[in-house]
Amino acid sequence: MSETRKYPTPVTNPESAPFWEAAKQGKFMIKRCTACGEPHYFPRSVCPFCFSDKTVWEEGSGEATIYTFSLMRKSPTGPYAIAYVTLKEGPSLQTNIVDCDIDSLKIGQKVKVVFKPTGGAPLPFFTPA
Amino acid sequence: MTIKGKAYIAGIYEHPTRHAPDKSTPQLHAEVAKGALEDAGLTKNDIDGYFCAGDAPGGLWPMVDYLGLNTGKLRHIDSTETGGCSYLIHLGHAAEAIAAGKCSVALITLAGKPRTGPMPPRASGAEADFEAAYGATTHNAYGMCAMRHMHDYGTTSEQLAWIKVAASHHAQYNPNAFLKDVVTVEDVLNSPMISDPLHRMDCCVVTDGGGALIVTTPEIAKSLKKPQVRLIGHGEAAKGPRGGKDLDLTYSAGVWSGPRAFEEAGVTPKDIKYASIYDSFTITVLMQLEDLGFCKKGEGGKFVADGNLISGVGKLPFNTDGGGLCNNHPVNRGGMTKIIEAIRQLRGEAHPKVQVPNCDLAIAHGTGGLLGVRHAASTCILERV
Repeated sequence: MSETRKYPTPVTNPESAPFWEAAKQGKFMIKRCTACGEPHYFPRSVCPFCFSDKTVWEEGSGEATIYTFSLMRKSPTGPYAIAYVTLKEGPSLQTNIVDCDIDSLKIGQKVKVVFKPTGGAPLPFFTPA
Repeated sequence: MTIKGKAYIAGIYEHPTRHAPDKSTPQLHAEVAKGALEDAGLTKNDIDGYFCAGDAPGGLWPMVDYLGLNTGKLRHIDSTETGGCSYLIHLGHAAEAIAAGKCSVALITLAGKPRTGPMPPRASGAEADFEAAYGATTHNAYGMCAMRHMHDYGTTSEQLAWIKVAASHHAQYNPNAFLKDVVTVEDVLNSPMISDPLHRMDCCVVTDGGGALIVTTPEIAKSLKKPQVRLIGHGEAAKGPRGGKDLDLTYSAGVWSGPRAFEEAGVTPKDIKYASIYDSFTITVLMQLEDLGFCKKGEGGKFVADGNLISGVGKLPFNTDGGGLCNNHPVNRGGMTKIIEAIRQLRGEAHPKVQVPNCDLAIAHGTGGLLGVRHAASTCILERV
């Protein structure tokens, strides 16, 4: 019998707080730079590409495809799928693919965001679309 | 300015222990420092530069104090922390400091006991809230690289297994190796899956221990008894997802550190007689060989297959001490032992069964951090004078 997986409560900070406030409303936010037009993830105040401070929040589609994954077999809470997914908007991010048969996952598979509760703001995960 | 030929590696020491419940971590640092000084034929009082990384308990100044370094003389200190490749970067930085006249005898130490007890948690950066929950570990971060490399280039588990097979062929001659048994491709494939597609035997060992280096000026090195080995090229680099744009986990920061080192040295991968390649996992070796230019990107699988990395059999003898996959990966950090075996080869001090004939040019290369998440890389080109 494995332990149930518990997710850490996001600590948050002034730079990331709007992301977590939106998450409480079920919205998945990304940042976009209005100077160079590039979206990025995880969100920063200063664009990691052109270094402009003209970045704005934007609600993401939550749609993505699996870039790569690995099935972690050695875990006290049971096997889990860690992955990078590429958002429809462009950026790729690290996540877990949840609520599915992890042995059937494939690179290129379509996934969508799903929030899981913590002691504070919910955390974004992805699940097959 | 170049560091080419400005610094010599005069002393090396790899602690023989692989499990040290009876020793403290500072003690292991002291023992490896002592070993490297004795190897060089120098004394503690000669040291005027000291380098250590995150494995040093309390950081640099407690180690300086504990070791009893001569603080009136110590004039260059550096605690660059880039995980397992810290010591390759330290070697480059020591050469820079020696070339600039900032020190003349530099000590670099690594030691710790992950086999005996839990290690302190990995430091986290600005990404913590956005990644910590997903359970990235060394195994699955490298697993994700292997999965994508297989997808993009058709790399197979059999090809990865050949890397472990080669390491095991070398480890059988190393009396201190943690794993001394020769294994086959089938053994690797039949070992338990840890994090797909990496099996247990695709992973390095977890060992207590450590190692140390003494880096010095050409003048001092020439006054000593050991064969002279010098650093002729060095490169360092870092890589991460960088906002998630154009993510590509099939290459490492070695694509930048390698060419920088080769250019400074004025040599090419074809000239290299022996290669120490960081082997936290089999995939680490395969990707770095491609990134360093030993073969084209995507052709690493073919390159490592059929014993091509076995000394005396293949074209590129690698990790002739058995590497991190079989011999030693002290403190979960393989950079130090990569340098040490390269120096042994250049001195002609490797085990006769694995010694590369007339080995006068070698590479030691490594990564630190998590290859599939954020990491650094460093490349050292070493030459026997």
